[in-house]
Amino acid sequence: MLDLDALAKSFDGHVAVSEMTFNLQKGEVLGFLGQNGAGKSTTMRMVAGVLEPDMGDATINGISVTHDRREAQRQIGYLPEGAPLYRDMTPQTFLRFMADAHGLSKPERKNAIERVIADARIANVATQPISTLSKGYRRRVGLAGAILHDPPVLLLDEPTDGLDPIQKRAVRALIARMAPEKAIVISTHTLEEVPAMCNRVIVIDHGQVVADDTPEMLAESRPGGLEEAFMMLAGEREDQSV
Amino acid sequence: MIARLESTITGIKAAWRRELSAYFATPLAYVFIAIFLIVLGVFTWELSRFFDTGAADLGPFFYWHPWLYMLFMPALAMRLWADEVGAGTSELLLSLPVSLPGLVIGKLLAAWTVAGLALILTMPWWVTVNILGPADNAAIALSYFVSFLMAGGYLAIGAAVSALTRSSVLAFVSGVLVAFLLTAAGWPFVTSAVASVLGTSAGDAVAQFSFVTHFETAQRGVLELRGLVFFVGFMALCVALNTLFVSHKRSGAG
Repeated sequence: MLDLDALAKSFDGHVAVSEMTFNLQKGEVLGFLGQNGAGKSTTMRMVAGVLEPDMGDATINGISVTHDRREAQRQIGYLPEGAPLYRDMTPQTFLRFMADAHGLSKPERKNAIERVIADARIANVATQPISTLSKGYRRRVGLAGAILHDPPVLLLDEPTDGLDPIQKRAVRALIARMAPEKAIVISTHTLEEVPAMCNRVIVIDHGQVVADDTPEMLAESRPGGLEEAFMMLAGEREDQSV
Repeated sequence: MIARLESTITGIKAAWRRELSAYFATPLAYVFIAIFLIVLGVFTWELSRFFDTGAADLGPFFYWHPWLYMLFMPALAMRLWADEVGAGTSELLLSLPVSLPGLVIGKLLAAWTVAGLALILTMPWWVTVNILGPADNAAIALSYFVSFLMAGGYLAIGAAVSALTRSSVLAFVSGVLVAFLLTAAGWPFVTSAVASVLGTSAGDAVAQFSFVTHFETAQRGVLELRGLVFFVGFMALCVALNTLFVSHKRSGAG
């Protein structure tokens, strides 16, 4: 469903992502782990068509992001880091804007908005200005916008960052409901989120894949579980680079 | 080709609706229109002594349009792209399956709609001159039309400049600066200075780049194809530059 082929990006000579290669199938929920600055968000931006890769390509259902960006973007739902939203809008008008941008017809738009408002559980705030919503609601509005056009691939950059435990649970439940029909990439640095949401883990460091396994296998690889495995994978390379 | 056109139209519609709602969701559009009408009224009434001219003529009213647009249109356009970058929503926008020129045109059209609304609300002046005496309504209608085109030109400058920065204030100041150059180029003081140094043809050439030159022709009731091509071409150039500035962000350059 999602194939990354030697995706690479540098900024002012600094390598952010280096020959990133992996693929993802329907039903897989990938925990995309790495320290801050490891290249998670840059990778996601390239797959979402926001950033142009220096080299390599990403294909979604065989459609290349670099050659047919708009068609590839139709196949993707993207929640950027921090879930940026238009604060002057209400969730309802924001979702309408997203539906317009995806070219949904009037009946499709109505059904899609009703569906995601129910899925993201934002009906009670649907007509409130986004500027008045809590961080948790704003994150869910962003998520609703990402799934509005029912894309087969979801890219969620820190979807639960800064949420309280109840809000985290609601987002996790939503992801679990969608998981069987989609390929989902969840970027996070909160390790406890991974076993709860993901059935596969990729750890990246300095823009490169350093581990690709199931959360269980990765946790079993070290006596201290997932956290120690992560620290070893990211930390070792950190030591090497010093 | 058809898919590209559809994507552009989708982008125009989505961006136009979004920006227009943003203008009216806050007091911005209302304040802009109110101040524009008050300032234009005061300038026409007090500085140009509209009623002292004794003529059923809107010349004193149209005289101020380029000078007010020079300040007001960059103010209207300053947040179009700068705010997107500042709030992080540019990332959301660039992830949408629409063409970039569509988004650029849609945003510009939204600002132009607000400017058009402000212009429509000045129409009581037109009614007033018809009460005062027989007016040249064809010339006035033409002046309104070209004034609207000129507003689009000033807005296109503001929008393009706004894509270069994340600060609305900086976008406004830069927009006014560029707009001033394109307005003052038609000043007799400037054209004669250029003519005295570089020759008459150079002075005339500089004047042709001024909004004022083309607007004055319309005020005389003359519809010049050259003027229409100038304004439409200028807007197209600004839209192309604006698209270039935004697409540059995709390369990771800022």
